[in-house]
Amino acid sequence: MSALSAATTADDRGVTPQAEPSRRAQETAGPLSGGLALAPSARLLPSLAAVYRAQLSRARVARIPLLFVATFQSVGIMILMRGVVDAGSPSARAVVSGSSVLVVAFVALNLLAQYFGQLRASGGLDHYATLPVPPASVVLGAAAAYASFTLPGTLVTAVFGCVLFGLPLTNLWVLLAVVPLAGAALSGLGAALGLLAPRQELATLFGQLGMSAALLLGVLPPSHLAGPLGWARDALPSTYGVEAFARTFGASTDWAAVLGDLAVCGAVGVVSLAAATWAYRRAAYRR
Amino acid sequence: MVSTGTRQAEGETAADPARAAVWTVRGLVKTYPGKRGRGSATPEVRANDHIDLDVRQGEIFGLLGPNGAGKSTLVRQLTGLLRPDAGRVELYGHDLVAHPERAARLIGYLGQESTALDELTVALAAETTGRLRGLPARAARAERDAVLDELGLTEIAGRPLKKLSGGQRRLACFAAALVGERPMLVLDEPTTGMDPVARRAVWAAVDRRRAEHGTTVLLVTHNVIEAETVLDRVAVLERGRIIACDTPSGLKAIVSDEVRLDLVWRDEAPLDLPGIPELRAAAETSGRRWTLRLPQERARAVVASVTSGPAFAALDDFTLATPSLEDVYLALGGRQKGLVKA
Repeated sequence: MSALSAATTADDRGVTPQAEPSRRAQETAGPLSGGLALAPSARLLPSLAAVYRAQLSRARVARIPLLFVATFQSVGIMILMRGVVDAGSPSARAVVSGSSVLVVAFVALNLLAQYFGQLRASGGLDHYATLPVPPASVVLGAAAAYASFTLPGTLVTAVFGCVLFGLPLTNLWVLLAVVPLAGAALSGLGAALGLLAPRQELATLFGQLGMSAALLLGVLPPSHLAGPLGWARDALPSTYGVEAFARTFGASTDWAAVLGDLAVCGAVGVVSLAAATWAYRRAAYRR
Repeated sequence: MVSTGTRQAEGETAADPARAAVWTVRGLVKTYPGKRGRGSATPEVRANDHIDLDVRQGEIFGLLGPNGAGKSTLVRQLTGLLRPDAGRVELYGHDLVAHPERAARLIGYLGQESTALDELTVALAAETTGRLRGLPARAARAERDAVLDELGLTEIAGRPLKKLSGGQRRLACFAAALVGERPMLVLDEPTTGMDPVARRAVWAAVDRRRAEHGTTVLLVTHNVIEAETVLDRVAVLERGRIIACDTPSGLKAIVSDEVRLDLVWRDEAPLDLPGIPELRAAAETSGRRWTLRLPQERARAVVASVTSGPAFAALDDFTLATPSLEDVYLALGGRQKGLVKA
């Protein structure tokens, strides 16, 4: 056993000329009682941007095929529904709107739950946990990237649906608000599920279930969902994105209601991303 | 095999007891609760049992032990990832039990897993890690380029980690650990799967940082050869306890009067010959290989008898070697297998 000296005093800590630690760390660190100066922490926005950029680049390597699957699934559902829903009807609006937001649910909820489940199971979270980053930047960066992955697929689905069901393309720009807000709500939920699931398989399962719920409750017109199914629909965060989008197909759009729906979506997004950040802390640090 | 001049030059000073301890660990205890499952219940496991350690400024300090000895649990507590049940961890004057978040601002950590980086290119993995270590964008890019160049990774900078061989991937993760400099490096099995060229690059990079910045290194390993070559001091872990802590040569002095004799038989050992059954009783057998740890005189006598008499016909090979850290581990009462000689 080595000589067990008593606790080191402030004077003999660290700084012999040959052993001087990085000067940058000393200059930039804030004052802290006693010990060697700490290197600076990464700030929220720059680290969020770094995580976002890294996650986006993963798409090239790993995610492209699944993004196609997400779009094909929604397009397939619309083709099926075309057999039972009349073009231009209120139900058609619900189908197109639900199918478009389903792309978001597939990627942001299902795939993100799988990603965080896998990262947690493999010990990959240690990488982030041993870097001085705010937990929110890891969660928000990944969530934002997954939400971004969905934008092309959502647009393709919406355009295809509008053509198929004879709906106007004029207000599709509203997707630029719907995708980030529904994306925030769903990816927060997906990240939280992936990080809280005790096992990787359960994370995958929860992600799939969440997406199935978004599919059934989002694509079917609300008038066809009675009782508890209607309540479940109201409780699902993606519903408000679906509603907001569906409202814009009418002859005269009630923009106040659209804004209201989007506000709910945004509020749910804030809550679910906060929950995901809490889940990340819980999974990454056993402090 | 590894290392360059700096360590030899610094070896004495790094092991000098007068040097300040920068990482002090006292009475560290971590117990994992048992689990009750259907049919099988796992008992409570004391992964770390009253660990005391001092890591001194500028040294390469090793944690050596087989898998399951408690190395990972110890490292996770030292790096602020896991809260100890009891005990004290102080790094450069900072209490890491009270302020675990400070660890990330003092330590560059290379873990065993690369899953967080696998789908990134080598360059982006290094740059992103630097950004997350708090570097401004330009500094992160500059350090990325310097480190990739230093480690000979520039040519494969544009390739995703998952498309690389295990050793290259490990080297890329090591590169990421170096971007955004820290006074302490914690390297968990850094050279696993690497070829000799990559290993040399790793130890040259480590030596350079020690010489230029006084970087201190905590190395986790189960490779005894590496431990003997690169470490200034080593703590040997066995079942959650530190059973020895000294320089590699100091530890080997414990068993200096012994030598290791390996006998490999062609086919069956000639158990009908006199003396052979006694040897077998004393040997650790692994197939046709018998390993004996014997006092020097006795080893010489055994070699003389098996190489001169009729036993020689049955002998395929034999080696006589001075003790390694593995022999120290066994002499100290280590019972688990899993130390690697490579």
